[in-house]
Amino acid sequence: MSDGALRSTDLPVLLPAAARLSRRAAAERRAGSPRLSLRAEHGALLFAIFVIGCGIAQAQAGADQPSIFATIWKWTPLLARGFVFNLAISFVAMAAGTAFGVLLGFGQLSLRRPVQRAAWLATHFFRNAPWLVLLFYCMFLLPFQIRIFGFTIPLPDWVKATLGLALPVMANVSEILRGAMQSIPTAQWESAASLAFSRRQTLWMIILPQCVKRMLPPWMNLYAILTMATVLASIVGVNEMMTLTRQALSAENRPGLLLSFYGYVLLWFFVYCYPIARWTVRLEARYAVNV
Amino acid sequence: MTESVPEARPIVSLVDVHKSFGEVEVLKGVSMDVPKGGVVCIIGPSGSGKSTLLRCINALVPIDSGSIRVADFEVHRLTTDKERLALRREVSIVFQQYNLFPHKTALENVMMAPVYVLREPRDEVRARAIALLKKVGLAAKQDVYPGELSGGQQQRVAIARSLAMRPEVMLFDEVTAALDPETVKEVLNTIRELAAEGMTCMLVTHEMRFARELADTVYFTDGGVIVESGPPDELFDHPKVDRTRAFLSQIL
Repeated sequence: MSDGALRSTDLPVLLPAAARLSRRAAAERRAGSPRLSLRAEHGALLFAIFVIGCGIAQAQAGADQPSIFATIWKWTPLLARGFVFNLAISFVAMAAGTAFGVLLGFGQLSLRRPVQRAAWLATHFFRNAPWLVLLFYCMFLLPFQIRIFGFTIPLPDWVKATLGLALPVMANVSEILRGAMQSIPTAQWESAASLAFSRRQTLWMIILPQCVKRMLPPWMNLYAILTMATVLASIVGVNEMMTLTRQALSAENRPGLLLSFYGYVLLWFFVYCYPIARWTVRLEARYAVNV
Repeated sequence: MTESVPEARPIVSLVDVHKSFGEVEVLKGVSMDVPKGGVVCIIGPSGSGKSTLLRCINALVPIDSGSIRVADFEVHRLTTDKERLALRREVSIVFQQYNLFPHKTALENVMMAPVYVLREPRDEVRARAIALLKKVGLAAKQDVYPGELSGGQQQRVAIARSLAMRPEVMLFDEVTAALDPETVKEVLNTIRELAAEGMTCMLVTHEMRFARELADTVYFTDGGVIVESGPPDELFDHPKVDRTRAFLSQIL
């Protein structure tokens, strides 16, 4: 929203909120993805939910059943193993998504029109498609194994899920790269050209190194979003933390455990993602003054 | 000047240069000759095509018609990037906004182009870059990033960076326009030294006193044409054209 639109509102009472929201929208446009704004209060809230869940579970527990904390403790090693799996998926998806996303981003900035259009189309298709739909496509359209030169490479579910998550990551990274490259003043290109740097040299030595700094905060933000999205893999049956939680709950067969167990899962993810989100905000503030 | 030693052909020569951006014709037939070692100042109101003219000379902006020759390069005939890059080794430009590379230190800024473009040995370039920074009075700042330098200091690094390419011609595009008055002096001193050493310089400037002191020839441009040109004393003290007089009366 432009300043002009802001000032012409009939409801001046909205102005502070409008200013805040438009600032945020501008930041998100720059970042190319919604900003994750995790705060300490959110952690406190999650903890409260968890404690209340435990309270409910405890109240519903029969006299012969072990305490809620003992139950959670018993399942923790298994859930932790699931969580590690979530992280593994997030690492691989992020790495693959970044590698292909950078290529796609270069494609978007190509001087060759067809390449640029194709890269643009792919970026926007995968960026705007629902993550879950992409995940399902990968799960059900990819074969369970591929044969290359007589070798059979199995494609287990988790590989397919990782690939499915890597697609939107790729599209977002492509957009982050494009945004960062376009935020470098054209004067830098001009100045490099005047010093007889070729286009390729300018890109690799002058433009990209400056982009890395600008890309880091939105890239980390994207990683945090991806990490939380890895639980989507449970829907397609990958044995990550969410799936294991469901299995634990059905093994316990105590409906009262529902709130506390899922609250527990939320806490795990919060504890992992919160520092990333805070660090992102810190980097953003630092680079905003000193680009 | 014509009677003295038969002067070698001018190092920069423009003949009837035209340039339009879309509908707007920015240069409407500009011709000028700059002898080797000459110092030329181009003055005139904003939007009169001064900056475009400089950018045309080192092929950052292609021209529509006319001809530009710099040393042995027929600039208007250059078609490939490679040819344009070869030209730019001979002609260096310093911009109003310095445009240093913010992720490199002052020394690295100066060293980059000779090392990666000219492919000269690093040690040699380093020694030369340090000497150049010393020359512009910034020996102490070699390891500092541009963001921590003042405008005047950044501009002097930019000049050193251009000089590191050992160009034949230096173009200065309003290099003091973005600086505060105190730091203008440091930059002008640097340019003054260069001119004294015999570097061919073309300056677009609003510093009239500087132009008067330094230039061999001053060109007054307006509306895409050269309205009047001549030695500074003549142009500033006895302008022949009304438009020049009007412009000078406003700024002096």
